[in-house]
Amino acid sequence: MIYLDNAATTRTKPPAVAQAVLEALSSYGNCGRGGHEGALSAARTIYETREKLAALLGGPRADHVCFTQNSTQALNMAISGLLGPGDHVISTDWEHNSVLRPLYRLRDMGGAVDFVPADRHGRLDYGAFESLLRPETRAVVCTHASNLTGDAVDIEWVSRFAKEHGLLFLLDASQTAGVLPVDMTALDIDAVCFTGHKSLMGPQGTGGLCLREGLEIRPFAVGGTGVRSYSETQPWEYPARLEAGTLNGHGLAGLCAALDFLAETGRETIRAWEDALARRFYEAVWNLPGVTVYGDFSSPLRASIVTLNIRDLDSAEVSDELAERFDIATRPGAHCAPRLHRALGTENQGAVRFSWSWFNTEAETDAAAEAVRILAREAAEA
Amino acid sequence: MRVRAEKCVVAFHTTAGAMAMEAACKAAELPGRLIPVPRSITAGCGLCWAAPPESREALEELVMKKHLDVVGIYAMIL
Repeated sequence: MIYLDNAATTRTKPPAVAQAVLEALSSYGNCGRGGHEGALSAARTIYETREKLAALLGGPRADHVCFTQNSTQALNMAISGLLGPGDHVISTDWEHNSVLRPLYRLRDMGGAVDFVPADRHGRLDYGAFESLLRPETRAVVCTHASNLTGDAVDIEWVSRFAKEHGLLFLLDASQTAGVLPVDMTALDIDAVCFTGHKSLMGPQGTGGLCLREGLEIRPFAVGGTGVRSYSETQPWEYPARLEAGTLNGHGLAGLCAALDFLAETGRETIRAWEDALARRFYEAVWNLPGVTVYGDFSSPLRASIVTLNIRDLDSAEVSDELAERFDIATRPGAHCAPRLHRALGTENQGAVRFSWSWFNTEAETDAAAEAVRILAREAAEA
Repeated sequence: MRVRAEKCVVAFHTTAGAMAMEAACKAAELPGRLIPVPRSITAGCGLCWAAPPESREALEELVMKKHLDVVGIYAMIL
């Protein structure tokens, strides 16, 4: 199979990831529960993973990296734990449902949200940030890169805007952590939400938040932490504040190994390779008759995603044809990004998303471009 | 693109529903496969079961018997 659905999850992981999970499964106790070697092994690896993530994301402290199952859970924690009735939030049309639904729920509970609009080409209107400000605006919540088009938000600009107006800045780095540069300290980002199984190349079931010092998040869940067991309330110190219950130690061991691979290979090296493959594909398909590609490829920094449609064909049909006839895995439909699909005019058709990882090759990329060329030609002849 | 033909298509509320259908069809040795849901059923995402049109009756019986969580069963050209 030619796997080009890495924006959903990276299928090929560095070999050390599976090995680390296997070793953890046969040796770990429960992190923070007991002082025996099994529990300590788990605790040491989990702490090491916090250190590596803080270093990668420019976080201030390893103990301000709190683990969750995924980005969605991290975003829910940040949004529901920092904002409430009466608060107004500025977000964008590029958001995934992992941001949109928590914001819609906040709105239903007495908060308010406005979205910086995207135009028919998917471009954000940065001027709208200013015009959407209200006295009660408390935060900007936005993605680092669209999971639909791969276009990246100018987070330096958003950071300046948020700082200028005294707003919290919560960043969804689901599509970018480990590939695009994020320095939350330099950019005054309050919380970076990440997932372990996409560009970080770790196992599913791992994710979290990297927080600035002094950020006070109300805990989403409370429960066992392995410390202060006689207290009736959740410990207030991070990361325990946001980590009720047993962590996914086995998965985090895999994520730790993935972060080693990323550091050894180099984030920029990985970004450059994925980007080169995506642009190689883009160059081969963008001007094929009947093919519409979405997104802005003039920007040097973007996620390695190319999303397209062929004439008015159902994206589900095209994706199925790619899978069944060419053994190429892509993602059709709405990609949990309803607002951007509406802006692009693809709400009914959906779109076919191709997305790359470090482990893809030029030959796979060329085969995918050839498959699109064949399907576009056949669609024209039909 | 492949030649379109009539199919019996079963749509579900959830991915778990699609998995239950696949398991039930496999156990009952009924033909078909999971495909991305066509836009004519719903604009969005998800999976549906696509089977030869002559299997409709057997699929309906299976859905009833196993209390499978389906949105609907459609005759479609795919």
